[in-house]
Amino acid sequence: MHLFDKVTDYNEIRSQFFDGMTLLFGGFGGVGTPPGLIDCLIDTGVKDVNLIGNDAGFPWIGIGKFICLERASTLVASHIGSNPVAGELMNQGKLNVEFSPQGILVERIRSGGVGLNGFLTELSKGTQLEYNKPLIKIGDKEYLYEAPITGDVAIVYAKKADTFGNLIFDKTARNTNPYVAMAGKVTIVEADEIVPMGELNPEEIIVPGVYVKYIVPSKGYNWKWKWEMPVK
Amino acid sequence: MGDAREIIAQRAAREVKDGMIVNLGIGIPSLVPDYLAEGTRVFFQAENGILGMGPTPVTNADGNLSNAAGLPVTILPGASYFDSALAFGMIRKGCIDVSILGALQVNSEGDLANWIVPGKRVPGVGGAMELAYGARNLIAVMTHCEKDGRPKIVKQCTLPITTYRCVKKIITDKAVFSIIGHSLYLDELMPGSTLIDVRNTTEAEFSIALTFKEHE
Repeated sequence: MHLFDKVTDYNEIRSQFFDGMTLLFGGFGGVGTPPGLIDCLIDTGVKDVNLIGNDAGFPWIGIGKFICLERASTLVASHIGSNPVAGELMNQGKLNVEFSPQGILVERIRSGGVGLNGFLTELSKGTQLEYNKPLIKIGDKEYLYEAPITGDVAIVYAKKADTFGNLIFDKTARNTNPYVAMAGKVTIVEADEIVPMGELNPEEIIVPGVYVKYIVPSKGYNWKWKWEMPVK
Repeated sequence: MGDAREIIAQRAAREVKDGMIVNLGIGIPSLVPDYLAEGTRVFFQAENGILGMGPTPVTNADGNLSNAAGLPVTILPGASYFDSALAFGMIRKGCIDVSILGALQVNSEGDLANWIVPGKRVPGVGGAMELAYGARNLIAVMTHCEKDGRPKIVKQCTLPITTYRCVKKIITDKAVFSIIGHSLYLDELMPGSTLIDVRNTTEAEFSIALTFKEHE
């Protein structure tokens, strides 16, 4: 695959997913989670996946569809409130959930994506979300050490990609996607539109293509948002 | 009188002043924009990546333009979109003038518990820790008591803490309190409530503020 032509199809992508992998996923409540790649992930039958992303989606939306199949063993996320199945699996001991403050989680992913060794913050000090994170004393203040996060595979949803993988996002579908794209060892982008190099305005590119390994075309969201569902 | 949630939201809206940057949590806080005083021009920030969020669209809702609760919104002139790291960067740095968050328990020192009821509700912390940490003014809104009558303004939070010593004001359907230093002060009674009722339904000790007014 040439540096300047990373466009491929879903069949080619399947072999990138493997049992036990750490998978970073973009999206916020399913907004900005790549629908075609989620279905491809489900279709491969991979299991024991370690998921890292903002939240657990909804049972029929985004990463939630995969979580409901009980093929994820761990999830690092800021909340799972929109996916009751994730809560049940957690309470049954079938899904190990580590909660993180939302902005700290994305900074950890960013840290992994930009080659840093993590960072210090006092943010969740003294709460249940300290987990076993090391406390580092500087002067007379103590901080929690937040480790960088990288993923074996990262899945991202973009509005536009050129064939090198320069990316532009759509409104609030950007959310964690730029940093998820940066922190994957193998980053796969699903894009609504794929254009030749030179078509995107360099001033407007959010993620440079250097972070992207594969690009697949999107058919758009294939789920209904909660607000589109009939009110019971 | 209307329902308790609306009454709380209506009172909380009076804390939002012209020219502020505001972040609203889900639940009761999301009702606040309906009650802003006329001529109050503010920018709402949504932690999923909008500064300058507008009202719910009448037509043409867009799945990729939503608030942090996932509901469709619009934007106002001058709005911007940004990623999650930047969204929380501006929150932690203190760019949010007022954050209004739902609460499960608050104690007299301003410790906030609002992310988990162990064994029951497991929503997760979302962006609450950062909002509580970074906002210049944090207002906790909640009904005064649990459905079974147990007080939510407590001596010590029994639920896991979201953030310590962050709440500056508590607005319930019975009363408005301020937290100054490590102490809780009763600022005002909500319509229809009495001092004796508030005393009986508030576990934490409080003093009467010098500026106390029975009703607005």
